[in-house]
Parts: sequence; structure tokens; C-alpha cells
Amino acid sequence: MTTDHVPAAPPVSTGGAAPPGDDAKEQRRAARRSRRYQRDTKWSPYGFIAPFFVFFAAFGLFPLLYTGWSALHRVSLHNPNELEWVGFQNFTRLWQDEFFWNALGNTFTIGVISTVPQLLMALGIAHLLNYKLRGSMMFRVAMLTPYATSIAAATLVFAMLYGRDYGLINWALGLVGIDPVSWEAGSWSSQFAVSTIVIWRWTGYNALIYLAAMQAVPHDLYESASLDGASRWQQFIHVTIPSLRPTIIFTVVVSTIGATQLFGEPLLFAGSPAGGSQSQYQTLGLYMYQMGWFNFHLGRAAAIAWTMFLLLIIIGLVYWAIMRWVNRDTAGKEA
Amino acid sequence: MRNTPEVSYRPRGRTARAMAIGLTAVLTGGLLAACSSSDDGGDGDQITLTVGVFGQFGYEEAGLYDEYMDLNPHIKIQQDSITENKDYIAQLLTRLSQGSGLADIQAIEVANIADMAGDLNARWVDFNEYEDVDTSHFAPWKLVQSTSADGRLIGLGTDIGPTAICYRKDHFEAAGLPTDREEVGALWAGDWSAYIETGEQFQENAPDGVSWVDSPGGVYNGVVSSYEERYYDAQGELIYEDSEAVQAAWELGVRTEESGLSTRQKQFTDEWDRAMANGDFATISCPAWMLGYIQEKAGDGSAGLWDAAPAPVPSNWGGAFVGVPEAGKNREEAVKLAAWLTAPEQQAKLFSERGSFPSSLEAQQESVVQEATHPYFEGMPMGEIFSSAAAEIPPTIIGPRDQLIQEAFADGLLQIAQQGESPEAAWNNTLSRIQNALDE
Repeated sequence: MTTDHVPAAPPVSTGGAAPPGDDAKEQRRAARRSRRYQRDTKWSPYGFIAPFFVFFAAFGLFPLLYTGWSALHRVSLHNPNELEWVGFQNFTRLWQDEFFWNALGNTFTIGVISTVPQLLMALGIAHLLNYKLRGSMMFRVAMLTPYATSIAAATLVFAMLYGRDYGLINWALGLVGIDPVSWEAGSWSSQFAVSTIVIWRWTGYNALIYLAAMQAVPHDLYESASLDGASRWQQFIHVTIPSLRPTIIFTVVVSTIGATQLFGEPLLFAGSPAGGSQSQYQTLGLYMYQMGWFNFHLGRAAAIAWTMFLLLIIIGLVYWAIMRWVNRDTAGKEA
Repeated sequence: MRNTPEVSYRPRGRTARAMAIGLTAVLTGGLLAACSSSDDGGDGDQITLTVGVFGQFGYEEAGLYDEYMDLNPHIKIQQDSITENKDYIAQLLTRLSQGSGLADIQAIEVANIADMAGDLNARWVDFNEYEDVDTSHFAPWKLVQSTSADGRLIGLGTDIGPTAICYRKDHFEAAGLPTDREEVGALWAGDWSAYIETGEQFQENAPDGVSWVDSPGGVYNGVVSSYEERYYDAQGELIYEDSEAVQAAWELGVRTEESGLSTRQKQFTDEWDRAMANGDFATISCPAWMLGYIQEKAGDGSAGLWDAAPAPVPSNWGGAFVGVPEAGKNREEAVKLAAWLTAPEQQAKLFSERGSFPSSLEAQQESVVQEATHPYFEGMPMGEIFSSAAAEIPPTIIGPRDQLIQEAFADGLLQIAQQGESPEAAWNNTLSRIQNALDE
């Protein structure tokens, strides 16, 4: 690791006419210059990326570790600096914590009913946008507008749409003779409502990522497929999807992380960290927030936060295993 | 080849460029407009005091800040308001524990005062240390609530919550009930269950889509606030599981739902606001501070339709304090302002303008208070109604987690109303929720 052992660059070839004393001096200087040059090329990149790591250590790693440390203590929001050691109690108690399991289940179901339709729709929309059509730029910008809207504004509007007595959706249902639905009160209906906010907000974003990947698919693939008589649908299934596999994996991973950390939409849906009077749409993020900032138990909240982190690592490992399995499968086919 | 997706790389035309320029202009204009409204014209020795409040606190609306700034030209006052106290208090606690980001004066809801005067009292200025702060005019029990165990006075009382029942005269008339406020008060005088019985009677002849009361939580809050001991006893022990107050309030809340008397809403939500605006319910437990809320939410469309009658039993729901955080920069000036805002004259003005009933006994005796009427409620003698309620309200015992417990019970009743839980299941859910929340 030390720079002292770096072998010097091959000596500069010297002209035969130069006097020998000058030659040795020149050689030493060249060697020194080359050493400095090598040191520069070797260490400068670290210098350039150091700011990121410094900031990450200060605002990413330190809070992460400190949260882990707090999770092993009894800490109150009143005096966050007074830590009382309790070991792993904050973690073990989660096993019996019905509210934690409820939040975990809600996070999972909301995650599934928001992520799956979202990515499927994004894929379809990207495919449509990939055809030549009038004003395609306008459509692409329009797709991205929900993403540019603030969660708070969007959620407040959706909460009004889903109102029980004066919501637009119940009014529309009433026109076709369906009784008003108490969206916020039911567990499936409220989770569905929260999911639609997520879907509305993120579909366009994912569609644009898919679109970018689709445009990178070589045209000859489609050409040869259509020469072989493949229909559009067959092209989509056998050319587009396989070419997009890395992108799809990326969006699945990012959406999973987003779904696990889902917070703003359920919080603002009825403006309460309880996530409904029976916590019917309380996610893990909300439960953590409620535990820390409304029940004042920062240690317990930190334990929930770390559990979420560990969950994400497990999910990441599962995805990684699936990826390897899928890749081995296709590699076998090609062989 | 026809099936090949084509990518269009059409160069952006003139229309697109015009649109882009237009959009840029609009956005820039918006930004500039947003900036220009927040000009900070601070002169050299001018002091800007910030006041952090929740909900419709009324100081700004009643013009008290302007009045103080006229009296003290070197002071500029800015207010930060957060709609709901539970969001406000989470932010306040975080900032108190860090000692930064605090306003010079912070409002404290009565449900949180025990916490502030307890564990957190060292983070607040002790008003006893300032000689020019006169505390002799406050109701004695109000001072007790904001005094720490070692005698530090960390909050000055603003308003208290003597409670009436607000009712819609038009709905009462339609259902064949009297509309005169004395006759209405006589329907349920002395007994909360008579209030529910009147509701059952009302519901039989009620206009379409009109419920007797806004929410089961409203009934619960009204009833529970008429007791001295609710969630903690005088020794500070938790007694919510079998306190008489909780039992009585819960049972009446359950009965409200079993007889289908409420709009099944959660209080202080948007839908609840809209129900109020549309006149979906005939009565509501109405602490003095609720009058301003009704006026704001029910709006001009319902002007003249509301009136208020005495509650069955005098009760005290809500009220607030103002405190000065130790971490503030301008503590001296902030204490002066806090004392001025809570002085009898200002409390009296706040009542006559906004309906927040004074916690100052001196202010309560003033004729502006005693003879106050409310224009929105068509000259309803609110001074008389709330003064006589205030004379009989119990000195409530407050514990550190009152707010959390109270909300959990209101949510529990909502489980019956909205999710069709049985009362027993809802009660058990509520207890386990509270236990989980309180357990460290």
C-alpha cells in the first residue's frame, strides 16, 4: 500500500552527447517526477470521490450506526441524550408486538398492490410511447408530471377524492348505483386507496426508465424478428422484455425499497400516524414515526428502523439469489 | 419492417420553443412572487419575535400582534401556525430536546402541560423570576397545572374550555324540538344521558341525512371533561382502565353509535369539516374555542343557524398556555410579550373577538366578557353561558400522556362507528393500544 515501493518509470532515454554528470542528475529528476506523477494518478481519484464519502459518513453512516446504538437503549424524545442500556429487548419485543406485525403485513400488501400494477402499467406505457406518434415529447413530459408533484399535495387531493360523504369517487359510484364506500375505514379499501396514490405518482417515472432502455434495444433484433414473422406482441415478449431484464430488475429493486419505506402517502391520507382508527393502513415507516414522535420512545422507534433496514437487506439477498438463478438458467439455454 | 417501433428524433419546433419560454416565464414569475411576499425589512435595532401556535389560536386574527407592534415600534412579531396540535407537539418536543429551531414564544395545549411542567420544565423560562409578570389574575388551578414540582412557573394561561352544546336551530325545528336556548338546555340539564336520549328522540324525526351529533369522539370528549380525575389520579398514577370518567364517557360514546346518532367521523379531519359546512349534524360539544372553529368551517352559508345552550354538566375541554423556551434568543422581550398577551385586557379581547374563554379571573369579571355576544351565533350571550359554566368546572387533573390516551379512546369509539367492531372488542383494542404506546 505504501507509495515508496512503486517502481520508477523506465528511465528516459538520454542522448549520448550529454555529459555523464548531468545525465545522472537528469535521471534522478525524471525518476522523481515520474514517481510524483504515479502517486498523482494513483491517489487523486480517491481525493475526487472523498467528498461523497465524507458526507456519506456524516449523514448516512453515522446516523445509521447511532440509530443502531439507540435501538439497544431506552431513550425518550424528551431527553434524547440520556440512554439507558436494555440490550436487545427493543428487538425481541417486536416478536410479540401485534402492532408491528400489523404494520409489516400492511407494508407488504400495500407494497404488492402498488408495485405490481405500477410496473406492469409502466412497461405497457413505455412500449406505446416507443412507437412513432405525434407529440411524443408532450406525452413523455406529461408522464413525468405526477413524479414532479409533491407527495403532500397529491395525497391531500386523493384524500378528498376518496372522501366518504363528499368524495368525487363515491359520487361517481353513486351515479351508477353503487353504495358509497367508506374508503378510509375499510382495510382493503384504504390500502387500495393509498396504493393508487403511489401508482399515480411513480408509473410515469418507471415508464420513462423503461422507455430509455427500450430505445437502446438494437433495431436489427426487431427487424429479424419481424422477418421471421413475429407479431408485435411476440416481439414485445421475446425481444423487448429480455432486453430490458436488467432495467426491470433495477426498477423492481428500487420500487421494493420505496414500498418498504412508504410513509408520506399513508401519513397524509387521514393526517394521522396511527394509519386509521384500527391502524388498517399503518406502514412500518408510520409505526416507527408514531413510536418515536407520538409515543416518545426513540429507542423502540430505532429498533423498528433497524428491523426495516435488515428486512431490506434480506429482500436484497433474495433478489440477488433469484437473479443468479435466472442467469444460470439462461446461460444453460444458450450453451 | 412496419412492425418495428420507430424512435422519433424530431427536432423541437418553434411551438415547442415558445412553450418552453412561456413555461420558464411563468415559473420565474411564480418564484419572484413567492419571494417578494417575504421581505425581511429588519432595521438595525429591531427585534423580531416569533410565536409558534397550533390551530386557530386567534392572536393574529384578533389583531393582538398589530396592537403590540404599535405599542412597541421596535418589536416585529411573526407567527408560525401548525393546524393540528399533535403535529405541533411532535415538532415542539424535538426542537426542545435539541434546543434549536424554537420560536421565542411557544403555545402549549393543556393536554401537554403536565409533560412540559414535569420532565421538561428546565427547558422553559420560569415566569416567577420576572418581577413585572403579574400572575395574580389567573385562575389558581390554571397556575397549578403549569407549575413544576419545584415551583417553577413555565406557562401563562391563555384560555380555558368551559363547554356548551352548540346546536342547529333549523334541524331542531324540523325534528319538532324547541329552539329557544333555555328550553333546549332544559332538555338535558344535569345529565349527559338525557342528552343522548334527546338525540334518540331527535333521530326519529330528523331531516334526511342529518345526525344528532358530529362524532362519538365529540361525545366522549365532552363527557370525560366534566370529571376531575380522568386518566391519572392526584398522585399521578394511571387510572384510565377503571376511572369513572372514562367508563361514563365510553358508555355514552358506545350508546351514541348503537343508536346511530353520529355522522361517524373523526373530529378535526377534512371530512368532518365538510360535514360541519353542510349541516350534517345537529349538535356538537362546544368548548368556547370551538365557536371560532364553527364560524370558520361552517361559513357564511350557515350564519344564523347555530345557537348554543349550556352543557348537561359543566365541563372543561381544552385550553392552552404560552411559554418561553430557555433556548430562545430574546427571552426578556418574549416574556414581556407573553405577559402582555395573557394579561386580562387581551384575554377579554380574545374572548369577545374569537370566543377563547379567559383563564384570567379578572378578565372573566370584565363586562366585555360577561356581556359578550357572538355575532355569528346571532347574538347568543356567550359571556353569560360560558361564565356560568366556568364557575362550576372541575379543576382537572392532568398527566403527562393525557393527549395520547384521550385520542386512543376517541379512536376506539371510531372502530365501533366505522369498522363495526363490537364495543367489547373496541375497548380491548384501545387498552392494548394505550399499553403499547405507554410501555417504555
